[in-house]
Amino acid sequence: MNVSAADWTLAWLWLAVIASGLYHGINPGMGWPLAVSAGLMQRSSRALVAALGPLAIGHLLAMLLVILPFALLVALVDWQRPIRISASLLVICFGLYRLIDRRHPKALARIPPTQLGLWSFAVAIAHGAALMLVPIYLGLCREADADTGHAAARALIDVNLTMAVLVSIVHASAMIAAGGCLAWLVYRYLGLKFVSRSWFNLDTVWAASLVLVGAVALAFGLEA
Amino acid sequence: MTMRPDPTFHASPKLAMEAPAETFAYTVLLSPDFSKPDALAVIDVKPGSPTYSKIVHTVTMPNKGDEFHHFGWNACSSALSPLAGHAFIERRYLIIPGMRSSRIYIVDTKPDPREAKIHKIIEPEEVFKKTGYSRPHTIHCGPEGIYVSTLGGGGKDGTDGPPGIFIMDCETFEVLGRWEIDRGSQTKHYDFWWNLPRDYMVSSEWALPPQFENGIVPEDLLSNKYGHRLHFWDLRARRNVQTIDLGANHQMALEVRPAHDPVREYGFVGVVVDTTNLEGSIWTWWREGGKFHIEKTATIPPEAAQKDQLPPLLQGFGAVPPLVTDIDLSMDDKFLYVACWGTGEMRQYDVSDPRKPKLAGSVRIGGIVRRAPHPNGQAFAGGPQMVEISRDGKRVYWTNSLYSTWDDQFYPQGIPGAEVMANASPGGGLELAKDYWVSLPDGYRAHQIRLDGGDCSTDSFCYPSA
Repeated sequence: MNVSAADWTLAWLWLAVIASGLYHGINPGMGWPLAVSAGLMQRSSRALVAALGPLAIGHLLAMLLVILPFALLVALVDWQRPIRISASLLVICFGLYRLIDRRHPKALARIPPTQLGLWSFAVAIAHGAALMLVPIYLGLCREADADTGHAAARALIDVNLTMAVLVSIVHASAMIAAGGCLAWLVYRYLGLKFVSRSWFNLDTVWAASLVLVGAVALAFGLEA
Repeated sequence: MTMRPDPTFHASPKLAMEAPAETFAYTVLLSPDFSKPDALAVIDVKPGSPTYSKIVHTVTMPNKGDEFHHFGWNACSSALSPLAGHAFIERRYLIIPGMRSSRIYIVDTKPDPREAKIHKIIEPEEVFKKTGYSRPHTIHCGPEGIYVSTLGGGGKDGTDGPPGIFIMDCETFEVLGRWEIDRGSQTKHYDFWWNLPRDYMVSSEWALPPQFENGIVPEDLLSNKYGHRLHFWDLRARRNVQTIDLGANHQMALEVRPAHDPVREYGFVGVVVDTTNLEGSIWTWWREGGKFHIEKTATIPPEAAQKDQLPPLLQGFGAVPPLVTDIDLSMDDKFLYVACWGTGEMRQYDVSDPRKPKLAGSVRIGGIVRRAPHPNGQAFAGGPQMVEISRDGKRVYWTNSLYSTWDDQFYPQGIPGAEVMANASPGGGLELAKDYWVSLPDGYRAHQIRLDGGDCSTDSFCYPSA
């Protein structure tokens, strides 16, 4: 069987969707300690699992909110290249902004503990978690569009929208699977000490990840 | 910005109790006649150290007349809040408000507490301008930064508008502004604390500045004009959701001590004096069915005394009121310590059943009439006042001064500053440690104590101990 370069690219892109989900999931800033807290406060593993629901939905909605406009934009076939380049630059700029402005958005602390979904949504937006996914998504669209050829704009939008939903779901599933496993391990086996011990300051790494994803996408975008 | 959470941040009260014991106690020193600048004393509390129970460093302030009273850390275990999502600050700076001047000092305790120094001074004008409040008091490190309660509103005598809480940034120490969105009927202020995951705050009432700055006003006390209400707040929404009146005769509801374990939705508050019978009292508040409730759960009787043994203020009563001026709850929420500043007693209540406190231990020292000496033979003027408990619950520290002008009314012969410590038995019982006696510099009194690595009236938690 022949595996083409395009297939490889596709596989890598999907892997990136999943990997970024896992990465977001294990980051305590994206909410797994809240699930631990919920489980412990109500002395029930069910409460832990129940907390994962709104966390996943909030993250998913944040992804969709950021990606969907791009799904419509990339239907403008003639503008594909500038859109990709602009998206890459946007991600790079946001990463650089996070590197320079190190102040943590304290307004997030205003969200009441009962509103886990809203919290998860706001955190993902504020940290640019969804932005990280945009270049990967655009790459996937390009691969998909290469298959459909020069289809009608309407069809293209359908393909792109389906792809946006798919990417968001796969990413959010990976995110909540990783976060949920970690929450469960801490709740059941590792104990609360793990919360403070495992909590590394990922701010720099996070900002650098954004710059990196943007830079890779930019390189591909300029090449194409 | 650090790479890991500060090692003194703990997810649960249980983990805080298991952490290494304190090695330094910080105590604010007050020049009661304002002739000298106030200061921060750093005391060695490491057993076996050659300088044990001695002041090893003093940070003297550049101004006079600040009147130090309460103070607190810039950050504590609340930084591990999963909602804040960012635990990378240090427990490093002590925030010391001048209660009379409204000036706030930020003291840096790192790298070595023995070299602690002033990091920043926030001048009163900045507090006035940005908050409209004055006379900053209680400090708590919370979800959006440092919360500071104030006792005065605007204007010269602090009665232009109600007092309240303002927020400071916990890294830059910039005064950010008022906290309240809807204060309801709250017009007086004193202490406050919260349950972070349950998202509520409780605040208490002492008095307005004209009622305390120049001494207690007997007419106001006898006509029940001091504070006697508790306010319950929606913490994130910053709204007063319920106010409970303890009854006007229960004058001066001071320290609010919620259970440390966030699963427990109850706490305590101490009332200084009941004007109908001079009793001091402990009240237990709790939340049930979405509402707050409170009841008086322990009373401490006054002690009869000859008129000539009493200061002029009390001569008409022929008795010494206990004057419950501070309470503190151990980290495991098991023991409540109650300072009876008038009668000279530190009481230890077993509050395992929070609505049925049981007297478990008591130490007599000082007092208006008793004047009980320390077991080391030294005279102890004043009475037990600000109390702080070690995280492991084994050592209880306290000082002897209440407030400059009030000290002079209740203890006219003066209160040379003192700090002592008692050992607490795990099953109950309290005994003064003979070898812990801090000699404070002449002309200074001492008020609140803070322990390095956190203590029982600093740290709040987002995860239960279970």
